[in-house]
Amino acid sequence: MIDLTIDVNLVRKILTGFIHSEVTRMGYSHAVINLSGGIDSALSCVLAAKALGPKNVLAIRLPYKTSSSDSLEHAQMVIDTTGVQSVTLPISEMVDPLFEQFPDMSSMRKGNIMARMRMIMLYDQSVVFNGLAVGTGNKTEILLGYTTLYGDSACAINPIGDLYKTQVRQLSRAMGVPDVIIDKPPTADLWIGQTDEGELGYTYAEVDQLLYLLIDQRYTPEECVEAGYAEPFVRSVVERVRRNQFKRILPPIAKLSNRTVGYDFLYLRDWGT
Amino acid sequence: MKLTIALAQINTHLGRVDINLEKHLALAAEAHSKGADLLVFPELSLTGYVLQDLVPAVSHRPTDDDPVFRPLLEASRKLDLVVGFVEEDRRNRFYISAAYLSGGEVIHVHHKVYLPTYGLFDEGRFFAWGDSVRAFDTRFGRVGMLICEDFWHASPPYLLWLDGADLFLFISASPGRGLNAGEILESARWVDHINRAYASVFTSFVAHTNRVGFEDGLTFWGGAAVYDPNGDIVKHAPFHEEALTLAEIDLNQLHRTRARLPLLRDERTGLVQRELARILSSQDSNAGR
Repeated sequence: MIDLTIDVNLVRKILTGFIHSEVTRMGYSHAVINLSGGIDSALSCVLAAKALGPKNVLAIRLPYKTSSSDSLEHAQMVIDTTGVQSVTLPISEMVDPLFEQFPDMSSMRKGNIMARMRMIMLYDQSVVFNGLAVGTGNKTEILLGYTTLYGDSACAINPIGDLYKTQVRQLSRAMGVPDVIIDKPPTADLWIGQTDEGELGYTYAEVDQLLYLLIDQRYTPEECVEAGYAEPFVRSVVERVRRNQFKRILPPIAKLSNRTVGYDFLYLRDWGT
Repeated sequence: MKLTIALAQINTHLGRVDINLEKHLALAAEAHSKGADLLVFPELSLTGYVLQDLVPAVSHRPTDDDPVFRPLLEASRKLDLVVGFVEEDRRNRFYISAAYLSGGEVIHVHHKVYLPTYGLFDEGRFFAWGDSVRAFDTRFGRVGMLICEDFWHASPPYLLWLDGADLFLFISASPGRGLNAGEILESARWVDHINRAYASVFTSFVAHTNRVGFEDGLTFWGGAAVYDPNGDIVKHAPFHEEALTLAEIDLNQLHRTRARLPLLRDERTGLVQRELARILSSQDSNAGR
């Protein structure tokens, strides 16, 4: 049995330290977060509130007219329990005119547009609030590419991107995220009835264990099959991780000169701080 | 003989030697006022760790006409100092270096001999490999200095032991990794294990300083510690926060431990030499590295 249990005190200390360090050394004291009502953004919000103080964190709720009312209520629970500042800006009137231009628009296109509109709102509010955008993507969704490029994946720093969904749940429970948020089925809530696990075709509990073997323990796909995972499942996950590499890197620049950004012009973002 | 070692578990500004130097001088004054005889800073304590293309911009030479080393050498008149820095040699090779300063003099400089270039590490891309491992004499006896990956390999501590070191000063900028149900990261647990083992099998003192703070997403875990010749912890600093930790050690413990456990007396160096010569002459070894 693969055990993804983490020491929550240690990870809390590291992640709040990370948020505080990376926000303040960029010259900021505030952070902004899109709060969806789901577990990932709830955890990022709780961590940011702990790291920076709740009054220095702005939680943004960005409902669309078909968004579940639970999402809005659950986001409010996080706002209430952490004491962070908040603003609610419905996006229906922003995205509907675009949807109307293309009557046959697929739900995937609509979902991407909503995710990217929320990114626009996040970055715009970050100027108003003078804060850095804190990300909410976990390791599972980053590896599977279950995210909209330049949409929900856009952020200045991401405290939870090296935690599998299973570990996000454990840490969320320890940090006081309301149970109802932790226990509900994860969803991007881009259309009615959408759930992550329904779309992916497997549960986070299953795929987290497989990803842990493939990525962290460097098992070959064959070794994962030998360890008891169904071959089609292993093959589809391996392929999904490979196919989504483009979402995890900056766009490649065609190298021409002797010194090119990304290849031989190498500095951390924390350069000089 | 008693010796008070201070371990400066600090955060650094990446590429800002001026700011880091101020912190070194402030801590030297503080450690001296608290009675420390020797203050040990972490790896690359004057520069920060993930320097990449900053390496040529932050290099210094450990001489008294260098603007960074002049005040450090002055401070070393009050207590001995170990500092970590980027050194550029006369032929413009860059090393990860550690300097032992005492009484206004540079007593010894060590160039890191193992540059990790795997996983998250890329040191071999930016730095030259050091080529020697030497113990040296101080006012507290014979000392050996190593930098991080140097002591992840067993041979450099072994060489220092045979070269007469009774006190090992290990300095690190160790990025934390390996989160699980344990109270400390796997990398922190691993370093604790090996340092405890070195103190035990070499019946010597080991003092380890590691930095703290963040560089982009990397976290440095601290956890500085001093181990005695029995392999017991004399003092342990906290994890993940800055600390100046003082540990008094009684060098007479070397006498007591080695009277009980004469591992140094019995070490078969001739046997090691013969077998190494045989192993290195075979074709399927690391011969010549």
